[in-house]
Amino acid sequence: MSSESKTEDWSKPAAMAIPKGGYFQDKVEQGRYGPIFPKTPACYGFSILAKIIPGREDVFYKYAKSIEETIAAQPDALAVLQLHYLRWVLFPIKGDTYFMYQGIFDTDFDKYTEDAVTLFGITGLRTVFENLEGFPMDWQTNPAAFIKFVRDHQCPSFLEYAEYPYASATEIKKALKLKAAFSTMLDQMQ
Amino acid sequence: MDLTITRSEVSQTRKVAMLEFDDIQHLLLTRAPALKARYEFLSFRVGVGGRAWAAAISETIHSAASMRASVDQDKRWVTAAFTWNGLRALGLDEASLASFPEEFKQGMAARAQMLGDTGVNAPDHWVGGLASPDLHAIVILFARDDAEHDRCVSEHEKLIANCPGVEVLSVLDLQAIRPFGYAHEHFGYRDRLSEPAIEGNSVEPTPGTGEPLKPGEFILGYPDEYGVIADSPRPEVLARNGSYMAYRRLEEHVGKFREFLRQHGDTVEEQELVAAKLMGRWRSGAPLVLAPEKDDPGLGADMRRNNDFTYKELDPHGYAVPLGSHIRRMNPRDMGHNMNRRRMIRRGAPYGPPLPEGAPDDGVERGIAAFVICASLIRQFEFAQNVWINDRNFNELGNERDPIIGTQDGTLEYKIPKRPIRKKIVGLPAFTTLRGGAYFFLPGLRALGYLASLDESRRA
Repeated sequence: MSSESKTEDWSKPAAMAIPKGGYFQDKVEQGRYGPIFPKTPACYGFSILAKIIPGREDVFYKYAKSIEETIAAQPDALAVLQLHYLRWVLFPIKGDTYFMYQGIFDTDFDKYTEDAVTLFGITGLRTVFENLEGFPMDWQTNPAAFIKFVRDHQCPSFLEYAEYPYASATEIKKALKLKAAFSTMLDQMQ
Repeated sequence: MDLTITRSEVSQTRKVAMLEFDDIQHLLLTRAPALKARYEFLSFRVGVGGRAWAAAISETIHSAASMRASVDQDKRWVTAAFTWNGLRALGLDEASLASFPEEFKQGMAARAQMLGDTGVNAPDHWVGGLASPDLHAIVILFARDDAEHDRCVSEHEKLIANCPGVEVLSVLDLQAIRPFGYAHEHFGYRDRLSEPAIEGNSVEPTPGTGEPLKPGEFILGYPDEYGVIADSPRPEVLARNGSYMAYRRLEEHVGKFREFLRQHGDTVEEQELVAAKLMGRWRSGAPLVLAPEKDDPGLGADMRRNNDFTYKELDPHGYAVPLGSHIRRMNPRDMGHNMNRRRMIRRGAPYGPPLPEGAPDDGVERGIAAFVICASLIRQFEFAQNVWINDRNFNELGNERDPIIGTQDGTLEYKIPKRPIRKKIVGLPAFTTLRGGAYFFLPGLRALGYLASLDESRRA
């Protein structure tokens, strides 16, 4: 399954089943901070799950507005992460509130992990991470602790699917730009 | 808005830190006017011998302050640094050893896969005992001339003979390549064109270098670009004014490089352009951004102009400097992110005899043996190696690595943007091979004294 779907043909939808633990044991690639979760037809990604400190839900909603405003003011604020999508979710388990931070992107997280930590500082993500149980409050002087927290709370997928496998956000944006340029060209020829 | 708050917090810490020039080893902040060099790689079989060596060698080491005060009179400049195993061999206690960063503890050989040091570049092919856990220290000699080089080598031999259990694992002699008027390496490219400036170092940055960076990017114990003093190894006396060095001994396959240029260019001019496209600069040093069509040696030699360029406005698509070229990977300038957290100081020299122009490859090893100096190996050196140099998809290139120092196995390509259709070179050969490497801790002079006076009987 995995080798077949890695032909990187964007026109053929593909799914990939991922072994327990999140890695294909025979081809684990090492990153600077440990093994890298494999690229799938749905690109790279993470799903970070952590329990929030009780009573802090409101902080998360304020934080959502803050991120919205940051991106409106500076649309390329998260460019380094080479993202497709980010999703933030709060959900209950047995009376406690948990936070899920899920991202789909084109570069393995390990590569730009310090940039991500920096971004968390700049864009206000720190505000929300500091409301998670077990988060290292000394993360600014000890970025390795931040990265360890993220890795410890990552829940790997066991199955991923893509309608247009392996297409990067840059390629998609290029294709849309090209389409717009052709539309303009055709308009100009009327 | 958090963005504003965070930036003003950082700006409050933007006062200039006073660098302790009398404690920082000269290598970190200065460049010696040397034509010869020698690296000796040492092993300490017994702690007492290692400490005796450290005490004696520290007497010969210039601080940045003393180096600057007497550089015109001096003929030699010495540097000493230690591996993590070396610090243990000197008798450093376990708690202090544990306080070093994980990547330094593991050492370069253990990080080979992630660094891209695979195939013929892998540690099992390294020379000089560099992959061995017995590698404990390096002493770097920069000498003004041959006579001083030979005198220092002989003095060091005598010192080693007086230090029980200190063994020389290997040595490497290095020399500048003629003509000596400008620094260059065996492929012929002008070197030492770009170096980050450090706040408080009172060195005027050349145009294009960017604002001086906070010293904590390079020296332990000072605020970094984040505005904080990052956690350092303990005790404080050991870490303060120290740094880390990644050593790389890169063999350069000059015959293969010249043959490649001949294959891809019918005329000398075409060959020079191919060489320039791989590097991003003409061999004269002139940057392609500023001299895209033909070489401009005057520009290449002019330190006020040869580094003064960016990419976003002048060359976003790489028509001048290809997106995968060496200088564009090693310093993406205004098209990179958080560049101030990725900068490095480079020192080193070429080794081996130059291959005369027109001569066939003689099988003699020649290359460049360099040190990358930074406060965080994982954030600076390893990032550059893993992402900028060896990420096949850097800048969305898909199937490329750094054409000069990337890990090449003949299966990758190199794309040269050109209107209307780009030029694509397939099956790029490896022009360099890693022959060895190591991670060293470069202590301040007081820290060196601390290491030399460790008392193993009190070791925890």
